[in-house]
Amino acid sequence: MKKDKYFYMQLLFTLAVCSFLIVPVVMSAVAGVTNNYFVGIKSGFTLRWVEQVWMLYSDTIWLTMKIALATTMINVIVGVPCAYVMASSKSRWVSVFDELLTLPIAIPGMAISLGIISVYGGFSDFRSSWFFILIGHVIFTLPFMVKSVLAVLQSFNFKVLEEGAASLGASFWRRFFDVIIPNCKAGIVAGMLMTLTLSIGEFNLTWMLHTPLTKTLPVGLADSYASMRFEVSSAYTLIFLCLILPLLVLAQMLNNKKVQNN
Amino acid sequence: MTDKTNSVEITLKNITKTFSDGTLALKPTDLTIKAEEILVLLGPSGCGKTTTLRLIAGLEFADSNGGSINFGDKNVTELPIEKRKVGMVFQSYALFPNMNVSENIVYGLKVRGIDTAVIDHKLAEMLKMFDLEKYAKRGVHQLSGGQRQRVALARAIITEPDVLLLDEPLSALDALLKARLRGDIRTLLKSLGITAVYVTHDQEEAMAMGDRIAVLDHGEIAQIGSAKEIYLQPKNAFVADFIGQMNRFEGNVIDAQLVLNTGKKIPLSSEALASSNANETLSMMLRPEDIRLTKVTDEQHALTGIVSSSVFLGDRTRVTLEKVQKEGKVIVDCFQRIEYPSGQIVALSFESKHLIPLQG
Ligand SMILES: Nc1ncnc2c1ncn2[C@@H]1O[C@H](COP(=O)(O)OP(=O)(O)O)[C@@H](O)[C@H]1O
Ligand SMILES: [Mg+2]
Repeated sequence: MKKDKYFYMQLLFTLAVCSFLIVPVVMSAVAGVTNNYFVGIKSGFTLRWVEQVWMLYSDTIWLTMKIALATTMINVIVGVPCAYVMASSKSRWVSVFDELLTLPIAIPGMAISLGIISVYGGFSDFRSSWFFILIGHVIFTLPFMVKSVLAVLQSFNFKVLEEGAASLGASFWRRFFDVIIPNCKAGIVAGMLMTLTLSIGEFNLTWMLHTPLTKTLPVGLADSYASMRFEVSSAYTLIFLCLILPLLVLAQMLNNKKVQNN
Repeated sequence: MTDKTNSVEITLKNITKTFSDGTLALKPTDLTIKAEEILVLLGPSGCGKTTTLRLIAGLEFADSNGGSINFGDKNVTELPIEKRKVGMVFQSYALFPNMNVSENIVYGLKVRGIDTAVIDHKLAEMLKMFDLEKYAKRGVHQLSGGQRQRVALARAIITEPDVLLLDEPLSALDALLKARLRGDIRTLLKSLGITAVYVTHDQEEAMAMGDRIAVLDHGEIAQIGSAKEIYLQPKNAFVADFIGQMNRFEGNVIDAQLVLNTGKKIPLSSEALASSNANETLSMMLRPEDIRLTKVTDEQHALTGIVSSSVFLGDRTRVTLEKVQKEGKVIVDCFQRIEYPSGQIVALSFESKHLIPLQG
């Protein structure tokens, strides 16, 4: 294949855009392991900052993971049946419900969190617990889970598979767990990865909903940028990247596999 | 599986189905399917075959107008499919993509909590019977159409259902395989002695498969009977036209003859005459294979036509004639290997007992 000058121009442009996006990330990651960023790389590398972050902020990391896992669990338990009902129902209300569900993606996180605070903020025990943040994360990520499962359900005739199982004597729940769930696995896994990723990185909502004792990683990150050495917050970024990148790569791999299968 | 299942008689009494959008898919219908009988539901697309089958299966529920469905003595009208003990073969087969061939076949047994030893034994029997042993561990998406069809059938009969329902099980297969499998399926159903309802839109398949055929037309049974009855004594024009080819002659009865609008005359049998009044318009039907073409001897009075086309079909030559009546054509199947060039004038002859009077 002969490559003409347009190919090289496009390549150059793509590389330029990529580097525009990636360079700051790389710089930040490097800064996190540099002795003194203002002196530069020649000051040598160290894991000191990473250790310091771990000492100061490890609880935010655990909380973030706890919330992300809990959000994912709730999304599976609520979102999968929800998608199933939406795919099965012929009611006009499904599209209304669909809109409602999608709304949290469009509404600014601030507005949602203000809503949550004004309704539930009065229950002070609840307000100061991590469940308060969990609510926000579920509201924000549920549509992604539902859409992901819904897309799979709409890609094959699950009704006739269910009828097949029913004709063999399977009750509703047997059919649901033997036929529906296994055939939606791709959508459920994709939705779970999406939820994990979004929950770990969520800042807008969480910043409004958090208390000094319920800080998540991105909130802690903002905090460290405001009050710590640049190297410390960079090391924090590095930890964040280590958490989130594998999830993104996994999600991308699954996506590619799905495209190949079709 | 050699022991016969305790097959049941299916009775539909005054069963009607109106869908929520107002479509009347099945008009009030009474239907009895005898124990061990294979009943074929035949009709063009959209006539209500699948709906009728799904009502019997319990996948749809009839309008609540007091109608009932019975399996033997048991009233199943309100029972959902999983409680009816029916086996079903779907048009799309509905095999579970998340299970391999064996898992698909034994699913019905597993749901019923049957012993693993029994399951293994029955599975081996099924795999052997349907020649699927080599594919036992294959995913269902790796099978050919014919193999899928066999898995679907094995899966449906392994639970020894009271009733087997098949919705166009061969429609996805090519003609050759179709012809072979319909023989196999009939033999199987007969050896199981199971009451079966078989849906198809293919009249040849219907005739090869069914003990009786119910021809459906716009949500009602136009005629029900053996293949022979339906072919030789169609009750109305719809049935006559749907099953095989049919020619229709229309005219007035004058002097014991049917006089066509071209002035040509057809002699009528005494039975046909008895059922008609003089000078009344009358329609008679005649199968293409019952007509013979002969040389024209007496052009004045004989029933003649002009060859407009002829097609060699191997076992016969299908000749299309014009000008027998003012409008419409007459189709004749000739079993002798004689050429009929277009434009040739030929005489038609047939036995008057082959004429079928058209009622209604
Ligand atoms: N779920 C449904 N809702 C509304 N109309 C339906 C539904 N299923 C079938 N019909 C209509 O009922 C009629 C009979 O359909 P069907 O029994 O599927 O016909 P067949 O199997 O003979 O092709 C058709 O007019 C079809 O459009
Ligand atoms: Mg149909």
